Amino acid sequence: MVLPAAVLALLVAALVLRPLVAPAEDLAPLDARADLEAAKEGKYREIRDAELDYRMGKLSEPDWRSLDRELRAQAIEILKELDVLDGR
Amino acid sequence: MSSADVGTAALVVGFGVALYAIGAGIYAGRTGRGEWAASARRAIYALLALLALAMALLEAAYVRSDFSFELVAQNSSTDTPAFYKLTAMWSSQAGSLLLWVFLLSLFSSAVLFLTRRRLRDIAPYATAVLGGVAAFFLFLMLFYASPFATLAAPPAEGSGLNPLLRHPAMMFHPPMLYTGYVGFTIPFAFAVGALLKRHTGPEWIRATRRFALVAWTFLGFGILLGALWSYSELGWGGYWAWDPVENASLMPWLTGTAFIHSIMVQEKRGMLRIWNASLIVATFMLALLGTFLVRSGILDSIHAFGESTLGKPFLAFIAFALVASVALVASRREDLRSDARIDALMSREVFFLLNNLVLILICVVIFWGTFFPLISEAITGTEESVGPPFFNKITTPLALALVALAAMGPLLTWRRNSLALLRRAFVFPLGAALVTCLALLAFTDAGEGGLALVMFSLTAFVGAVVAQEFFRGARARRTMTGEAPPVALSRLVGRNRRRYGGYIVHVGIAVLLLGVAGSSSFNDQKDVRLAPGESVTIKDFEVTYREPTVAIDQDASGTGAPLSFGAVLDVRDGDGNTFTMRPSRNYYPSQSAAMGPVGRFFEGEATSEVDLRWGLDRDLWLAIQPNLRQLEGPIRRADDLPEELHGEAIVAVARHYAENPPPAAFRAIVSPLVAWIWIGGAIVMGGALLALWPSPEARRRRVTSLYAARLGRELSRA
Amino acid sequence: MDPTRKRKIRLVVLLSVAVLLATALVYVSFDTGRSQLLPSEALEQRPSDAFELGGTVVVGSVEETGDELRFAIKDPNGPAQIPVEYSGSVPDPFREGREVLVDGTLEGGRFVGEPNTMTTKCPSKFKAAES
Repeated sequence: MVLPAAVLALLVAALVLRPLVAPAEDLAPLDARADLEAAKEGKYREIRDAELDYRMGKLSEPDWRSLDRELRAQAIEILKELDVLDGR
Repeated sequence: MSSADVGTAALVVGFGVALYAIGAGIYAGRTGRGEWAASARRAIYALLALLALAMALLEAAYVRSDFSFELVAQNSSTDTPAFYKLTAMWSSQAGSLLLWVFLLSLFSSAVLFLTRRRLRDIAPYATAVLGGVAAFFLFLMLFYASPFATLAAPPAEGSGLNPLLRHPAMMFHPPMLYTGYVGFTIPFAFAVGALLKRHTGPEWIRATRRFALVAWTFLGFGILLGALWSYSELGWGGYWAWDPVENASLMPWLTGTAFIHSIMVQEKRGMLRIWNASLIVATFMLALLGTFLVRSGILDSIHAFGESTLGKPFLAFIAFALVASVALVASRREDLRSDARIDALMSREVFFLLNNLVLILICVVIFWGTFFPLISEAITGTEESVGPPFFNKITTPLALALVALAAMGPLLTWRRNSLALLRRAFVFPLGAALVTCLALLAFTDAGEGGLALVMFSLTAFVGAVVAQEFFRGARARRTMTGEAPPVALSRLVGRNRRRYGGYIVHVGIAVLLLGVAGSSSFNDQKDVRLAPGESVTIKDFEVTYREPTVAIDQDASGTGAPLSFGAVLDVRDGDGNTFTMRPSRNYYPSQSAAMGPVGRFFEGEATSEVDLRWGLDRDLWLAIQPNLRQLEGPIRRADDLPEELHGEAIVAVARHYAENPPPAAFRAIVSPLVAWIWIGGAIVMGGALLALWPSPEARRRRVTSLYAARLGRELSRA
Repeated sequence: MDPTRKRKIRLVVLLSVAVLLATALVYVSFDTGRSQLLPSEALEQRPSDAFELGGTVVVGSVEETGDELRFAIKDPNGPAQIPVEYSGSVPDPFREGREVLVDGTLEGGRFVGEPNTMTTKCPSKFKAAES
């Protein structure tokens, strides 16, 4: 059992220790970007859902207008943060 | 060096790698160093590779019937059909542990790969948690129940697979359930990470939502398969017995359902954060409990605990994880408190909350009833147990409440609802429900079923609400885009898969419960003893025992049974249609020498091969228990014959039964609307699949953002 | 009514409902619960009500007479045993030496089983020892 264990352990170590040994690029800004993108998608979905609810007759017009305004403001905040990340 | 050695080596290295994942993940979480997070993630990938290797080695041993493997010797034999050889792996303790942790490594690798660019803060901690759970299962395999245990003296023939398990549904049932349990571990791990990092946002939910939904779907499907197996394979004719093992799989499904709903509230309104964290902890604990209950014997045998050696370590792990999780949630509760308030009573938030409450209530009731033997013993000193009457009595009204909530939920939107608009939306579904109710009362005897009538009306209500949602949605889309109706409908569904998939699931659940209501309130069962020529009447069926059947080495159900005794029954229904049914009983030879070389073929395990005639309106279910007592004389005489005559002797004894058949015991059950349980389940699966399906737009957007990211990366390098 | 008072009232109402439901649960469960007794316990306590008798089927004790099944049931880890008379469905895994549970009443020295209440615990593939 020792031989196969040693072989497997070596293969595994090669895979697992590589990031610690090889120089890695700093992907932090990209990671943050992905999180913001996901938040943006979620907000867009909310805006679309609200409009659909209004058109289907679940939301009255004044309720929808105020909700839409609020959601769009939140979406703009996210877009602003994305811009900061892109260095614009 | 045998393949068992390599397998064990894989498990040992896997255990080490899992421990490394814990350490590296925690370190990466605390220091924020991305390379350690990447290393921890790769450790999980490595674990997947190692466990895949272990699984492959074990399966190969089954396929070639290598009886030096203890598991293969105990659960398979050379004459086991190939399909069951492959799937026998998880019918054993050690093999099922390997499957569990393999699935865990698979799902963990998937989620870590998909989130490798996101959730930088919490993904490392999640990796550590996933590594920790994997390490526990590997620990169990290495020190308690190894799948690669070998026998010094391999037997010439294996014991074969337990005949009760020789059914396709039983072979898919464990992997489905485990996918469910494992699937819920993913959001749990990310929730723990989020709590540790004091992340209050819904990022962890967004990242793991699909996994929770996949887990919910597979767990539900696994439960349904178990019920289907019970109904069509076991000799009692029911689909749910409120057995501790069944309950153990249902409880995490209930809390999982609550979780899927309440995370929507957190995503939309930022509320229920403490609740969601607690709910996923509870779901994970119940999933572990479900895995543990099946193998501990704690509720199975009377006064036996820890019959299986795994009982104690499992309980210790669950206790540790529970205490740690509760402490974590409690310590973060101030961070999680939200400012958002409930604006109005008639709002989606409130209904989701009520839905959660009802589901938790049902779960608590089932938990109480399942553990009642232990509870009552602690309180009164005697062990008491509750049976189906208790569970049915309490869960029935709760199930009705749940369907009512599910029916009304889609009509509401978040925050505030205009009551005038709501009233208008209620008209059609309420009308449909009333019409259904009155029609059933007038034209059928559904009224005699009590609460069943309420259930039927509620199902109509749900169906009408969902149909109305599709209609109103398509109409709304048409006013926005001017598309033709079919296009508007398909685009509507395509762009709102979560919502409309969810609506379809609601319909499926209502249909499923309709089947449950129909088959529990209006069924009929008769247990009789019939001689050939005699008949019994059940509902409007007349069932006559025509003649016995004997099959030698021609097992119709494909399970490899050498002997099969049954009956041909002529059935005439109320409209004068006639058909035949052939229930039988399969006999599997026992390995025990005490029964005699010929006798062991007749006195080993026997399973009922039920004949089921299903229909949309009702099922006719027939099972037979042949009386082999009078064969004892011929069998004993055959036992004394020389070995080469045994085969002929068995045939002769079997023929004796066919020529002088004694009265046999029959059970006949007529269950109305049972088929709708399975149909409802299929609808639920379809709706869940729709909700899970990534929309093409989302895919396109993801690809675009990847390009943008690459561009950014390359630009920064230049 | 100011919001804190409203919240307190809501809390009181919720707690009361919870207590009510819990009481109902406890009551119904103890009411419909059946004691599970081993033969030794049954012989010692001699309950007059129906209960669930559980134990191992004594090897060599099984007799089938017409519609009725007779066998003896003993403590899994002890000598005490009780003869059982039972009619009705017998689950597939029923075997001498296996564990069974039957609902019924103790009459004199015999246990008379209620029809169709017999269950066996399937020899679990996950149990450590096997019969």
